[in-house]
Amino acid sequence: MGNQPDIRAGRLPDSAYAENFGDVHPPLDRKAALVEASRCYFCYDAPCIEACPTGIDIPSFIRKISTDNVRGAAQDILEENILGGACARVCPTEVLCQQACVRTAQEGKPVQIGLLQRYATDAVMDSAVHPFTRAAPSGKRVAVVGAGPAGLACAHRLALRGHDVVILEARPKPGGLNEYGIAAYKVPDSFAQREVGFLLAIGGIEIRNGQALGRDFTLDDLRRDYDAVFLGMGLGGVRALGLEGEEMEGIYNAVDFIAELRQAADLKALAVGREVVVIGGGNTAIDIAVQSKRLGAEDVTLVYRRGPETMSATHHEQAFAQTDSVKIKHWAQPHSLAGEDGRLTAVTFEYTRLEGGRLVGTGETFTLPADMLFKAIGQTMGPPNLLRANGGSEGLEMAGERIAVDATRRSSLPDVWAGGDCIGISEDLTVAAVQDGKLAAEAIDAWLGGGAT
Amino acid sequence: MADLRCDIAGVKSPNPFWLASAPPTDKEYNVVRAFKAGWGGVVWKTLGEDPPIVNVSSRYGAMSYNGTRMAGFNNIELITDRPLEVNLREIKQVKRDWPDRAMVISLMVPCEEENWRAILARVEDTGADAVELNFGCPHGMSERGMGSAVGQVPEYIEMVTRWCKAHTRMPVFVKLTPNVTSVLGPARAAKAGGADAVSLINTINSIMSVDLDVMAPTPVVGGKGTHGGYCGPAVKPIAMHMVAEIARDPDCAGLPISGIGGIANWRDAAEFMTLGAGSVQVCTAAMHKGFKIVDDMIDGLGYWMDEKGYRSLDDFRAAAIPNVTDWQYLDMNYEIVAKIDQDLCIKCGLCHIACEDTSHQAIAAGKAEGARRYEVIDAECVGCNLCMHVCPVEGCITMVEVENGKGYMNWKEDPRNPLSRKAAE
Ligand SMILES: Cc1cc2nc3c(=O)[nH]c(=O)nc-3n(C[C@H](O)[C@H](O)[C@H](O)COP(=O)(O)OP(=O)(O)OC[C@H]3O[C@@H](n4cnc5c(N)ncnc54)[C@H](O)[C@@H]3O)c2cc1C
Ligand SMILES: Cc1cc2nc3c(=O)[nH]c(=O)nc-3n(C[C@H](O)[C@H](O)[C@H](O)COP(=O)(O)O)c2cc1C
Ligand code: SF4
Ligand code: SF4
Ligand code: SF4
Repeated sequence: MGNQPDIRAGRLPDSAYAENFGDVHPPLDRKAALVEASRCYFCYDAPCIEACPTGIDIPSFIRKISTDNVRGAAQDILEENILGGACARVCPTEVLCQQACVRTAQEGKPVQIGLLQRYATDAVMDSAVHPFTRAAPSGKRVAVVGAGPAGLACAHRLALRGHDVVILEARPKPGGLNEYGIAAYKVPDSFAQREVGFLLAIGGIEIRNGQALGRDFTLDDLRRDYDAVFLGMGLGGVRALGLEGEEMEGIYNAVDFIAELRQAADLKALAVGREVVVIGGGNTAIDIAVQSKRLGAEDVTLVYRRGPETMSATHHEQAFAQTDSVKIKHWAQPHSLAGEDGRLTAVTFEYTRLEGGRLVGTGETFTLPADMLFKAIGQTMGPPNLLRANGGSEGLEMAGERIAVDATRRSSLPDVWAGGDCIGISEDLTVAAVQDGKLAAEAIDAWLGGGAT
Repeated sequence: MADLRCDIAGVKSPNPFWLASAPPTDKEYNVVRAFKAGWGGVVWKTLGEDPPIVNVSSRYGAMSYNGTRMAGFNNIELITDRPLEVNLREIKQVKRDWPDRAMVISLMVPCEEENWRAILARVEDTGADAVELNFGCPHGMSERGMGSAVGQVPEYIEMVTRWCKAHTRMPVFVKLTPNVTSVLGPARAAKAGGADAVSLINTINSIMSVDLDVMAPTPVVGGKGTHGGYCGPAVKPIAMHMVAEIARDPDCAGLPISGIGGIANWRDAAEFMTLGAGSVQVCTAAMHKGFKIVDDMIDGLGYWMDEKGYRSLDDFRAAAIPNVTDWQYLDMNYEIVAKIDQDLCIKCGLCHIACEDTSHQAIAAGKAEGARRYEVIDAECVGCNLCMHVCPVEGCITMVEVENGKGYMNWKEDPRNPLSRKAAE
């Protein structure tokens, strides 16, 4: 190949970074919100409610926006989804509420539910009052593992019901992927931390950062010391390509690089390749591709082994990446890696096709020069069966790679519930994690005796 | 194209679209712009005696509905605040420069014969085509014994109209106030007094909104507000009813009508005319969008007339009046039921909840193949139309006539009518 890897920082003029990583969908002002709210029909048995994993009463909150009852609107949202602010920014509404909106069927233009939700929640988050009051103390203590959306939602609902909660979080900051994973331009201005602050204002929740299950304590410890446990660790591990040379410089796990980007004090100081290749077909793949481009990479090619319809990134996300000049190549799988002096220089792919429903290589290949390769082919629970391997309770059943739970999110252990990405009974989405946390909290509350009220 | 020329009480204009007496017709500058834009005539902003009145600042209130600005409009303005002499000079000039346009002068002076006689003589000298007696203004002027204070008392209307007819050869239009229980009293009084035409409606008493911070009605003038005159699209139904009442009143037969109230486009105008209006007057719509709206009024009305085969305004004036009747003459045997076009339905459920909560429980909510499905229960439907109105999809719910083989029967003939039964006994 001969070309020296070109990975460096500061590819763009200083001003470009703020622009590239600023709010991707600017908020609605009052006038725009009123106009948009007036488009909602206030449907009976509204299909959008059914399509929201947390079941927010969408017609109700939108009607309240239209009457300038923004407090009431926010209350409707937050009662069902305490991370309604994050969800307003990160939900793929095009496959959730807005897809179901009757205006989509009518004219292909749904009510902008996400933007309206942001309008309402922003107003309340910016005000000093926390909109919920706790029930009388129950005297019960619950341990929550992981301060991601699932853990936070669970903790807030438990606190609301009068229980005391301790959240044990492995990372130095709470927020989970809202803080470390979501694309920067979806949640700018330290939104994740502001939202955690808002949520904690209910009281009764203590977060202990830097505390990892399996390293600093075991599940047995928690079951001994607390009345109940909620596991919301997300997915710690990443899948490997299984190719020779995967440890070469220039090859990254997309989620690790995104975490670095999200934590970077100065994006200009973050090095990125000139030629970037991304492997994967989900949100993570799209996000790393777009963010590399926005950091100044010259060519970014996303390669996915199947066709566009099976990509888990929505059609909207794919189009968004393409607007950012990310090239998406379908029907090709990684074949081999080439490098010089331990540094990646190129990736070779083999074309694929379906044969009787099975994906097979065609034998034909092509090679893309690459300074950087991002792997975004999925995350896992981490070291197989992390909980047991690290001295956790016997008897926690798994469903494939994830924790097995029932409809109330209770695990096979009577005092342990789980939710979010680590259970995977629905799609891996922030909003689904919030719903898991909420349901688990209600089940825990019922099990603990309904609090003291 | 159809002939839009208008002749009402001898006042001629190239089209029936006039600007109502209000800020758009306040002075030469505006009126010339209006004529350049194509308006067929104007009713000059109401003249009064010198010294001119003084207006307050902050004069208008408005009601926006669901993002529609100025669905309703209101004002607490008085009559012209310019000296009489200046107005008269300008009127004379404009009429000379635009002889083909209708120039009607609105007047309001104290309720004394001498005052009316004096101003009429001066107006006549301008060459104006007619006068319009403003018995309508519901605020301010009425506190001074003018405007609607006169318009609410039929005897005064008749008296002042008679004076005016005696003191001028110009046609006299009487502008009626809607702030009465029945508009027929004032209309008949105007006719009795010799009026050549009536104009209606003037504005409706109203409080537009309350500023919940200031705790005062809007528009707020230094911390206080007062009731004002309501106009704009929201008042059109009220105005049309009043126009129709006069048009079908035998006592008012032959009394020309200049229709006013919420007219914004050719269709509004056509509706007023089918209810008997000769010319139509516009204020709010011009204040909202400027004079250019007359363009659409002119060619829209013309194309519609062409399509319908009407060659002149007379061909369809009052054409709907024979079909405006009293409730008791409606056909009790006419039956319709709602019908939902399932292909157009977007499953918003609004028809169901409206009928379920507030009408006749005649739309069932169900599921078919996992999707919502709303279906009319014909036997329960009373044909009230509510679902058709709430449905956000044009043409999705239609009301279909049920062939029941029964002929016309009005309420007087209906055996269910206790009075008709009594009469038969
Ligand atoms: C790059 C990327 C982009 C995404 N974009 C979107 C998007 O736009 N919209 C959307 O809806 N979803 C998106 N998702 C998915 C979404 O972020 C997740 O579904 C959601 O965060 C799951 O919440 P969670 O609470 O289950 O897990 P996480 O958010 O992963 O939180 C788990 C928390 O547990 C902590 N933890 C892990 N192990 C331990 C341990 N052993 N001990 C203690 N603490 C531990 C972690 O540090 C973390 O704070 C994205 C995901 C990724 C990776
Ligand atoms: C600001 C304003 C001032 C008005 N002034 C007068 C007036 O001086 N004399 C008069 O007869 N009517 C006056 N009117 C009433 C209008 O001429 C007209 O009758 C009424 O506004 C209804 O028509 P619209 O719905 O087209 O506005 C005024 C209306 C407005 C909005
Ligand atoms: S489906 Fe659309 S229009 Fe109906 S309530 Fe939901 S957001 Fe409003
Ligand atoms: S017409 Fe009236 S009664 Fe009939 S279905 Fe519609 S709302 Fe119900
Ligand atoms: S109101 Fe119209 S669109 Fe909505 S469910 Fe009824 S028929 Fe369908």
